[in-house]
Amino acid sequence: MKKMIFGKGQKLSRRSFVVGATAAASGTLALGFKAPLVSEAAAQNGATEVNIWVAIKPDDTCVVRIVRTEMGQGTRTGLAQLVAEELECDWAKVTTESITAGQNLARKRAWGEMGTGGSRGIRISQDYVRKGGAAARMMLLQAAADQWKVPVGEVAVSKGIITHSPSKRTISYGKVAAAAAKVTPPDPKDIKLKDPRTWTIAGKPLKRLDTADKLNGSKIFSIDVKLPALLNAAIRDAPVFGSKVVSFDDAKAAKMPGVKKVMKVRDTGVAVVADTWWHAKTALETVDIKWDEGENAKVSNATIAERLKEGLGASENNGERKNGDALAAIASAAKKIEAVYSTPFLSHATMEMMNATVRLSADKAEAWVPSQNYEASLAALSEASGVPLAKCEVYGYDPGGGFGRRGGTQDYVHQTVAIAKEFPDTPIKLIWSREEDQAHDFYRPISVCKMSAGLNDQGELVGLHVRSSGQSINAWLNPAGIVAGKDQRQLQGWYEAAGDAQLGYTVPNLLIEYVMRNTHVPVGPWRGVNTNQNGYYMEAFIEECARTAGKDSLEFRRSLLKNHPKHLAVLNAAAEKGDWGKPLPAGMHRGIAQFMGYGSYSAATAEVSVNPQGKVKVHRMVLALNCGHAVNPHQIAAQVEGSVAYGLSAAFYGEIPIENGRAANLNFDSYEILRLAEMPKVETVIVPTYDFWGGVGEPTICVVAPAVVNAIHAATGKPVRSLPLKNVKLV
Amino acid sequence: MAKLNINGKVRDVQAEPDTPLLWVIREIVGLTGTKYGCGVAQCGACSVHINGEVQRSCSIPFSSVKAGDKIVTIEGLSANSSHPVQKAWASVDVPQCGYCQSGQIMAAAALLKKKPKPTDADIDEAMTNICRCGTYQRIREAVHLAAGNGSTRAADRAQRRS
Repeated sequence: MKKMIFGKGQKLSRRSFVVGATAAASGTLALGFKAPLVSEAAAQNGATEVNIWVAIKPDDTCVVRIVRTEMGQGTRTGLAQLVAEELECDWAKVTTESITAGQNLARKRAWGEMGTGGSRGIRISQDYVRKGGAAARMMLLQAAADQWKVPVGEVAVSKGIITHSPSKRTISYGKVAAAAAKVTPPDPKDIKLKDPRTWTIAGKPLKRLDTADKLNGSKIFSIDVKLPALLNAAIRDAPVFGSKVVSFDDAKAAKMPGVKKVMKVRDTGVAVVADTWWHAKTALETVDIKWDEGENAKVSNATIAERLKEGLGASENNGERKNGDALAAIASAAKKIEAVYSTPFLSHATMEMMNATVRLSADKAEAWVPSQNYEASLAALSEASGVPLAKCEVYGYDPGGGFGRRGGTQDYVHQTVAIAKEFPDTPIKLIWSREEDQAHDFYRPISVCKMSAGLNDQGELVGLHVRSSGQSINAWLNPAGIVAGKDQRQLQGWYEAAGDAQLGYTVPNLLIEYVMRNTHVPVGPWRGVNTNQNGYYMEAFIEECARTAGKDSLEFRRSLLKNHPKHLAVLNAAAEKGDWGKPLPAGMHRGIAQFMGYGSYSAATAEVSVNPQGKVKVHRMVLALNCGHAVNPHQIAAQVEGSVAYGLSAAFYGEIPIENGRAANLNFDSYEILRLAEMPKVETVIVPTYDFWGGVGEPTICVVAPAVVNAIHAATGKPVRSLPLKNVKLV
Repeated sequence: MAKLNINGKVRDVQAEPDTPLLWVIREIVGLTGTKYGCGVAQCGACSVHINGEVQRSCSIPFSSVKAGDKIVTIEGLSANSSHPVQKAWASVDVPQCGYCQSGQIMAAAALLKKKPKPTDADIDEAMTNICRCGTYQRIREAVHLAAGNGSTRAADRAQRRS
C-alpha cells in the first residue's frame, strides 16, 4: 500500500512539473463530497468546514483552503477570489489556510494534486475550486431555508448575508455554517458557475491577502524556522556533478566552536552539523574533501559547445514537426538567410536558498520546507527516512521564490533526512550557502539553434528550417516523457497543436527539429522554459527575415499570423499600446515580438538606446497578454513586471559557465542580477477573451528578450545571436 | 560578552569576533526578519540601520559594532508597520514572495531620511538591493508615495479591501 501511494505521488510530482497541462482531479473527488467531514485544520481555528474548500467561523470569517504553493506569484489571493466569487461572501472577511500534504493524504487526496508549476496554479484548479465555492453557497442557503422552513428558491445572499425577502428575515453565513455542513452536498451537475463577465470579486484588481507580514519581518520562511534543540547544517556537494566522496579530513573542523558532527551525505557530499549555521558553514570551509571526479572534470563550455554543434550537423532528430518541403523550398528560394543562435545554462537564484528542516522520531518523520510540490516533499521525506507516508508530515512555508527550482526533485529534503538520521528526535535545519545554491541547481538547459529561411521575390517567407541542439529536461527528470526517442517538450512554442504553446506563424514549407545532446549538468524547469529559448530563437530570426525582406517588423509578422487570430490580436494590442510606427526621440529604437506558452498568448514592444560604447538601456516595454480569464489584473501586472525583470536579468547577464566539470559564477558578484536602476517602465495590457484559461506567471517572459534584442537590431543594424548580452560586442 | 543595542534594547552577545552581524542578529538574538541572500554584500537582503545609515549586515563583523551604536532591524523600524515606507509598500502592494522586502524597506527608509523628496535618479542610486520576483517598478512607485511625491498609478488601480 505504502509503495503504491508513494510511487503515484512521486510520479505525479514530477509529471506536474515536467509535462504541461494534466487533467484536473475529478469534480466529485475534489469537491470532497465523499471526504470525512471535519478536518484537523478546521478544528484548529474554530471554523466549521462546509466543504473541503470553505470553512466558516461564527464571526462570519470565511476561510478558503489553498493547496497550491504561494511563492510570490499571487495564486493564494487569486484562488481565494475565485472561491469567494461563487460563495458570495464578504471579501473583507476572507482569509486563507494552507492544507498540508499529510492532511491531503489522510483524506484520500480530497484536494487533488498540490504541484505548483508550469503556470498552472489557477488554471487547472479554477473549475473545481469555483464549484467548491458554489456548492458551499448552495448548502448555506439550504440550511437557512430549512431553518426558516421556506423554499430555498425564496432565499438570496449578498456578501455573506442570507435574506428571505417575503418575511424580511436575514442571517449571516457564520450562523448557519454548522447546519450547512450537514446538508447533502449538491450534485456537481447541478452547480452552475457564474458568467465571468458578471464577476464582482474575481476579475478585480484586489490587493493581495498576504502582504502584512512581509512588511515588518514577521513572516516566517522555512529558513527562519525555530524549534527546540534545533541544530544547523551546512553542506558541500560534489562540485563536479555526481562525483562521489573518496575521503575527507575533518581534523580542524571537528574542533571548531559549536561543531557536533562532520559527515558524508548521500555519497556525494559532506555536511557539518553545529549549534549555529554560521559555525557549521565556517567549519565546513576547513574540511578538505577528495572526490572521484573522473571524466566529467574535463567537461567545459568549449566541449559542450562542440557537442551541441555536432548535433546541428547530425542527421537524426529527437522531435520534429513539418509541413511541405522546407529544405527544397529554401534551396530554391530567391533569398536565403541562415543564422546560428545560442543560450547558456541559467540558475534560478531564488532569494531564499534551498533549505529544509527535518526531525526524525521513532514513529514519525516531519519536515519544514519551502516547496512547489508539498506532496513531492512528503514522498521524498518518506522515501529517504523509510518512515511510512501516513506517519510523515510536511509543514509548508511559502518559498522565497521558486521559478521551477523547488518542484519534484526535492534534493534538499533527501539531504536533510540523511543528516537527521544521525540525530534522532533532533530537528536538523540544512541551509545551502548562496555558492552551494548556484553550484547545485537544475539549470535551464543549454542549447544552440540553427535557423534557415527562404524568401521569394516578393519577400515572403516560403521555407523555414529550425534545428535546435541541446539538453533535454525530460532526459534528466522524466524519461517517460520521451516517447520512441522523441522529446516533443523541447519544441515548446513551436507546436502545431492549439492550446498550450502553438506557433502562430503559418509557413508553407516548415521543418522544426530538436536533437538531444545531453551533458552531466543537471537541468530542470526554469520560469518559461523552453518557450524562453525557443521564443528568442524564433523571434530574433523572424526579425532577420523581415529586415532581409525589407518589410516592417510588425507587418511581416501580421502576414504570417493570418491563420491564428489570437496570436495576431495580442501582437496588435502590444503594437498599438507600444506606439508602433510612431516617431521616437533620436537614439531610441523599437523592437517587437510575439509568442505563445503556458496556455497564453504574449507580445511585447521594447524601446531601447545603445550608447557609443555599446551599452544598452531599455527605457520602456509594453506587454500584451491574453490569458483567457484575468482573475486579478493587479497581480497579473505584477507577474508581467516580474517576468520582465527575470527575463532581462537572463538576457543581459545570466550565464552559468561550466569549467572543469563544475558550475562557475557562484554568487551575485559574478552571476549578475538586474537592479532597480536598469528596470524599464513596464506597461501591461491584459486582453482576456474568456474562452479559455491560460497561465500567467511564465508566458510573458518568452517575449522579453526577443523584443529587446530586436530593438537592439534596429539600433545597430546587427542581429544579436547569442545571450547573455554582456558577452556580445554590439558596436 | 559584548553588548549590542538592537531596536533600542541592549543585549549581551557571545560569539566569535568575526561572526557577521547578520548571523548574530538571526541566530543569537533571534530576529529573523533580516535575511541571508548572498553573504557578500551584493543583494542587500540583510540590510539594517546602524546609527541611521543602511548597512549590509552580512559583511560586518559584529565586533566592529560598538556598544553605543544603534542597530535597527526591520522588526524595530516602527510599531505596527506604521513607518511611511511600510504604509506605502502596503498601498502599492509591492511584495511578491517577500523574502527581500525587509532589506528593500530598510534601504528605502534610509534613503528618505537622507533625501525626503528623492528623484528617480536618487532612487536608482540608493535602491540597489536585488529582488528576483522583480518588484522594482512598484518599489519605485512606493518610494515616491512614501515621500509624498503625489499619487501613483498602481496605488490608484488597486482597490482597497473594504
